[in-house]
Amino acid sequence: MNNPYPAGDKGRNILYTSFTERPKHLDPARAYSSNEYEIIAQIYEPLLQYAYLKRPYQLEPLTAEALPIVTYLDKDLRPLPDNAPEERIAYSEYDIRLRPNILFQPHPAFARNGDGSFRYHALTEGELAKISTITDFAETGARALTAEDYAYQIKRLVHPQLHSPIAEMMKSYIVGLKETGERMAKDFEARSDKSEFFDIRGYTVEGVDIADAHRLKIRLHGKYPQFRFWLAMPFFAPMPWEADAFYAQRGLIEKNITLDWYPVGTGAYMLAENNPNRRMVLLKNPNYHDEFYPAEGEPEDAAKGYLKDAGQKLPFIEKVVFTLEKETIPYWNKFLQGYYDASGIASDNFDQAVQFTGQNDAELTPEMKAKDIHLETAITTTIFYMGFNMLDATVGGLDEAKSKLRQAINIAVDYEEFIDIFINGRGVPAQGILPPDIFGHVEGKDGINPYVYDWADGAPRRKNIDAAKKLLAEAGYPNGVDAKTGRPLVLYLDTVARGPDDKSILNWYRKQFAKLGIQLVLRTTDYNQFQQKMLNGNAQIFMWGWNADYPDPENFFFLVYGENAKVGKGGENAANYKNPEFDRLFERMRNMDDGEERFRIIQAMQEILRHDSPWLFGYHPKAFSLHHDWFRNLKPNLMANNGLKYRRIEAEQRELKRAEWNRPIYWPLAAGSVLLVAAIVPAYSTYRRRMRSTAL
Amino acid sequence: MIRYIIRRVLYALPLLLGVNILTFLLFFVVNTPDDMARMHLGEKHVTQEAVDGWKHERGYDLPLFWNDKAEGAEKATRTIFYQKSVGLFMFRFGRSDSGREIGADIRQRMWPSLAIAVPSLLVGLLVHISLALLLVFFRLTYLEFWGIALCVALMSVSFLFYIIGGQYLLGKLLQLTPISGYDSGVNAIRFLILPLAISVIAGIGSGVRWYRTLFLEEVEKDYVRTARAKGLSEPQVLFGHVLKNAMIPILTGVVVVLPLLFTGSLITESFFAIPGLGSYTIDAISQQDFAIVRAMVFLGSALYVLGLLLTDLSYTLVDPRVRLG
Repeated sequence: MNNPYPAGDKGRNILYTSFTERPKHLDPARAYSSNEYEIIAQIYEPLLQYAYLKRPYQLEPLTAEALPIVTYLDKDLRPLPDNAPEERIAYSEYDIRLRPNILFQPHPAFARNGDGSFRYHALTEGELAKISTITDFAETGARALTAEDYAYQIKRLVHPQLHSPIAEMMKSYIVGLKETGERMAKDFEARSDKSEFFDIRGYTVEGVDIADAHRLKIRLHGKYPQFRFWLAMPFFAPMPWEADAFYAQRGLIEKNITLDWYPVGTGAYMLAENNPNRRMVLLKNPNYHDEFYPAEGEPEDAAKGYLKDAGQKLPFIEKVVFTLEKETIPYWNKFLQGYYDASGIASDNFDQAVQFTGQNDAELTPEMKAKDIHLETAITTTIFYMGFNMLDATVGGLDEAKSKLRQAINIAVDYEEFIDIFINGRGVPAQGILPPDIFGHVEGKDGINPYVYDWADGAPRRKNIDAAKKLLAEAGYPNGVDAKTGRPLVLYLDTVARGPDDKSILNWYRKQFAKLGIQLVLRTTDYNQFQQKMLNGNAQIFMWGWNADYPDPENFFFLVYGENAKVGKGGENAANYKNPEFDRLFERMRNMDDGEERFRIIQAMQEILRHDSPWLFGYHPKAFSLHHDWFRNLKPNLMANNGLKYRRIEAEQRELKRAEWNRPIYWPLAAGSVLLVAAIVPAYSTYRRRMRSTAL
Repeated sequence: MIRYIIRRVLYALPLLLGVNILTFLLFFVVNTPDDMARMHLGEKHVTQEAVDGWKHERGYDLPLFWNDKAEGAEKATRTIFYQKSVGLFMFRFGRSDSGREIGADIRQRMWPSLAIAVPSLLVGLLVHISLALLLVFFRLTYLEFWGIALCVALMSVSFLFYIIGGQYLLGKLLQLTPISGYDSGVNAIRFLILPLAISVIAGIGSGVRWYRTLFLEEVEKDYVRTARAKGLSEPQVLFGHVLKNAMIPILTGVVVVLPLLFTGSLITESFFAIPGLGSYTIDAISQQDFAIVRAMVFLGSALYVLGLLLTDLSYTLVDPRVRLG
């Protein structure tokens, strides 16, 4: 009776999940947020993907036949050996062959008339009047995927109307993309009617070559091994030009039927319904190519049951329903009733769901265990840090005294306590810039930050506050007082205050600094002003975070690379840290292949960072998620966004559990009615008495 | 009457212009076009070129109110204010900054909002007025005393508590209704029962006390005494005469909100996952989507003006002494 889904869904192989905020974009050239990827990564297929079960993360071909063959070229485009010195490498060429017989999903953009012309590319007013959603088109078509579709999407990255977030970056890597973008922008500006379809098929990019229908070559400036990771992101998914032409029709745009809302891909699923204010529905793509559940993973995967489906054709789930659920309380209650298959854990429900054992390991409460709910945890490839503006006169600079000041603060701010108090233990203190599962990260004694931690009893232990006070004194601030001026040291933390909960967090920070006698002044502001301050270098201490784009140490170290400084260069190095030795090592490390030498350089870079302490490394959040027993194959994979195709639902088991957990109780309604009647009786007698009386 | 309406509509124009200017000023004091661009382009890898391109495409690279570089009338028209405001007065809202058609979004989202707001208003009115009349009928008895005490107690509880409590009781404990969700057509009814019941019950405290005050004022008047003197029963007096004469203040409160009903309720729609317009403006503010903010503020003020006009017109229907000229 309390089932929120239609009766016809009963027993069907449907996954029920939710979204809290409508995704901004579903166009693969524009989307860049995790909530957008949750949808489009199931629909669009880039050339590569992350192996679902293997760790550390590694790439495997998806629509490509094999991983790209990379050839280094000199400035005259002559091939170089793989071990050629970097200064000789002028270009790198990625040669990729596509798998044959991959079809796009059925879509009206491909539908054709008998004479071969497109059925819906020039819709009349009459036809448009009957259309309110993409499913209203009677006919659909499909066609095979070609290398041209990938080349088309690369051009879309610099389309003047799309504003792809990676356009500027890719212009600096892909040969000729910048020039193509400029040509397109010029031609687009010259158009009298900018709302008409801007056909970019005629443009070419010097560095993108389509050798044949199933072979694509992409030439990059210099050496950039991280490019392979970009090839696994939806930015590099194929886009059929027919979709662009179809959706460019004004009548469709006015009905919000656009490519930004109705993707067209080759993936395991296709978007059948998109009402971003209510629900989005993915259906299994009937044209999906052969792909099979992996047979290899980590050693313990077999025991955990992740390999039971090995070799079976993907996807398993027929339909995925994302329902808008803005509040956590209704979501949580519906999860416990079995109407959602998985759930995160909001802080409100944390104690109900999870308890910590003596060894500080999280486990489910008996209530959850009784429902056969499972808990999955994974340390994310994210870092939340506190940074010092290295251009600041008080906390910045590379001299030893300033480094000691920052090291002292590093010891004083007790992130273990922070994690316990504010995030229910869902995080691990960071020992350096690299999260676990990223090449170069070291666990154990050798991986600790020796300026902040000691190794004791087989675990890192934060140094005593006296050690911090000693460092502070050596920095010229004994007991938090400037030895030269006799004035107390006052520091300023710039931060974005988002809600009432932030107050206690900020007070906690103030107390951490007060341990050293340092007065911390909080300058809270809105996000706009905060960004402006950071761009101008007006902040002294700030808090920020970074979520990895791809599992490579370069994607973290570049956050402190001198050439990426926020001030003056607008880069991501918000601390404006610039250490020539670090920069030199970074430039060597970034383009190296993983190996012993790269590992050694990374450790040297970590050491420099730990000593200079431009950041308090903060913590890596730990993701906790719950799922019911009928929801299978949920191995946390923080890089792969296309995980839905591997998941399985045991629909019969779910039906049984739902029936067991949801039995309507009627007697309180009957009791309420009796009470109401009982209350009416004295009221009625008063009424009768009053009507019989002579006057009021 | 027609002349009166035309005059009121003309009065509304400067009012709407003022609201538009105010919205514009407030929005751009807090957010610069650069901030908006950064918000829409995302947090990673955003370059100044991308920011400039975004602003140019959407016309946010123009000056706010006055364009010194333009010629003649274009000094005023080639500005963000003019370009973004003209369409509004013709109810052409254009596209949001994230690219969706605002008009289509409003048309789609207003129906779920109406589906919850209209029954809530009607059932609420019926229940609250009936209970208020009952309290007046039982005045000076223990029923009135305890009724008022109950109303004060009901008023003192936060609306959020009603929602969470209602979901817990009916959806989770008794498992009689879905906790949240929505469906189209007739299937929507089972999702609407809980929010409807909650909004009616949550409004009882304040609603009943308000209407009771109105009725008490009427109940001692001469015409009531006359009605009783000619032998009418107390229910006939209350429902037939007192209610009719208390209509003006009731209408003042009710008619003015009628046009605003479709803009929905933020909290109810959030907690019950109803895909209405309730959170449209709030979401737009947090996403710095100026196109939606200005459209919704404009629409809200236009509807409020319409509500006031309808209220005035409705007076003539319930009170023959009122003449509009």
